[in-house]
Amino acid sequence: MIKRFVASREAILLVAILALLVLVASRCPGFVAPANLANVFNDTAPLIILALGQMVVIVTRCIDLSVAANLALTGMVVAMINTVAPGLPVFVILAVALMLGAALGAVNGLLVWKLDIPPIVVTLGTMTIFRGVIFLISDGKWINAHEMSAHFTAFPRMQLLGLPVLSWIAIAMVVLFFVLITRTALGRAFFAVGGNPHAAVYTGIDVGRTQFFAFVLSGALAGITGYLWVARYAVAYVDIAGGFELEVVAACVIGGVSIAGGIGSVGGALLGALFLGVVKNALPVVNISPFWQLAISGSAIIIAVAMNARASRRKGRVILKQAEHLA
Amino acid sequence: MSVMKKVLSTVAVAATFMAGTAQADDVRIALVVKALGIGFFEAAAKGAEEAAAELGGVQIIYTGPTDTTAEGQIEVINSLIAQQVDAIAVSANDTDALVPALKKAMSRGITVISWDSGVAPEGRSLHLNPSSNALIGNMIVKLAADHLPDGGDVAVLSATTTSTNQNIWIEEMNKVLGNYPGIKVVGTVYGDDLADKSYREANGLMQTYPNLKAIIAPTSVGIVAAAQAVADAGKIGEVNVTGLGLPSEMAGAIESGASKSFAIWNPIDLGYSATMLAYNLSQGNATAEPGAEIPMGRMGNLTLDDNNEGAMADPFVYDASNIEQFKSIF
Repeated sequence: MIKRFVASREAILLVAILALLVLVASRCPGFVAPANLANVFNDTAPLIILALGQMVVIVTRCIDLSVAANLALTGMVVAMINTVAPGLPVFVILAVALMLGAALGAVNGLLVWKLDIPPIVVTLGTMTIFRGVIFLISDGKWINAHEMSAHFTAFPRMQLLGLPVLSWIAIAMVVLFFVLITRTALGRAFFAVGGNPHAAVYTGIDVGRTQFFAFVLSGALAGITGYLWVARYAVAYVDIAGGFELEVVAACVIGGVSIAGGIGSVGGALLGALFLGVVKNALPVVNISPFWQLAISGSAIIIAVAMNARASRRKGRVILKQAEHLA
Repeated sequence: MSVMKKVLSTVAVAATFMAGTAQADDVRIALVVKALGIGFFEAAAKGAEEAAAELGGVQIIYTGPTDTTAEGQIEVINSLIAQQVDAIAVSANDTDALVPALKKAMSRGITVISWDSGVAPEGRSLHLNPSSNALIGNMIVKLAADHLPDGGDVAVLSATTTSTNQNIWIEEMNKVLGNYPGIKVVGTVYGDDLADKSYREANGLMQTYPNLKAIIAPTSVGIVAAAQAVADAGKIGEVNVTGLGLPSEMAGAIESGASKSFAIWNPIDLGYSATMLAYNLSQGNATAEPGAEIPMGRMGNLTLDDNNEGAMADPFVYDASNIEQFKSIF
């Protein structure tokens, strides 16, 4: 058991993150202070939440490129709701964000399930559509800090046992997804569908339906994050979280989730997101030229993909013992 | 959609017609904007009315298409030519597309100037820029220095590494740093005009430079994100966020104290100056030629460069005293 863990992707990532922290600490000791690490975790929380949803989608051999647009659209809608009904309690806002996000995810899921369109095409399309819708409903205008009510922006920052609510939500989601993936029939179905769709059909799993649920989950998480994002940065406009979907996919890939489907874990997604989060937060502090920052993030992704490819390469199986001698 | 658009622009044109026939003896100056219903231009129209009241005998025709298209503006300009207005001051949706229509206007003796967003030199007699790169570069460091009488460390939070505007402004800022002794620019970081990256970079600045006294963000996304980061870090009063931003977006930061002041052009002054220039040119009080100095009332004189362009003034400073007035405008 321990042996298996040491060789696993999670262990390698954990070591990489620790090594990175040591490296950063040697240049800027303040970075590894517990308070700052808590800040880094809090800053990475949205990425962790989205990576969990994306992991499930990728495991089922799909991809969801619309998460960031879904986040932005849900964020804009709840921000607009907040401007017309400032008194609305936060749990109502959260419920609206969750349902709207899930509904947007369901659109992706239905198109993939019922029309059999490749997921990358579907979500590329909905990504643009969602951004377009934000423009239509907001008229391209920003919703700013002073237009939002105080409790709306305060919620993700509220301190609970030393950590902000935003961090706690990410932790809760990690636990929830761990249970979902390892302890429920749906969770196992995701892997069955991604690992071998044909075999999954024979065991009575509806492949399309399972993928649909993966998209709904991913959408629901994007919806919640939409509210948290808008409240945290206290601003909502068309382009928020632009390009964030790629970061989410990158976190999954770094976390050992196989783009080919069937392989992935909650721990991997969490650590992949944390790795990117540490890199993103450390680079500004250690004073590395901004021109290098992109290159460094990019290299980390390519190294991770290369490792995935090596790990999942099947060893050849000898089928003709005698022929082997002859050759 | 296209029928609706037609109807709307016809209404707009008809409206200008009716407005135009009011008093035939007045000097009629048309303020053509990118689109009707935009707060920034409504404010410019207010400035134009102020100039008209000051001059006397001037009638302002505030008009524009219903959406920001060059075609819509051409239609509006053609109707203004038909009405034989005295001057057209236009903020263009396209640098080149308006040139033929504006040339036609000039050939009928109508004075044409552009302001805010310019047209190519052959389509206007002069262009009024809200400010100049040198003035902006000076203003952003002045804003930080004004609240640091004893000097201190300041850092710049820009847009992307390749943003032309920001790079020029920062360059201009560095040129005049010598005039602000004690102000030390410790670093420049790039938030890529993304709220989350700007927020993170601002946090990074506060960690890297514990003595940081001000963050200068010459970009509207960056300044808002930096103000939020300072507020969240509990450093209001310690680190002042300033730079270029829009009053509607910065109202919260001014209220919380994260930003003491910031700057951007004042649309009222811009509309006022454009009207003054159009009036003076159409009445023959001045000619638009390189090197000319053309009076624009309370805003002083406009000095034209080789392209017949000039800069109105320093960017206008917004702070707690005037943010309430402007936050609903733009």
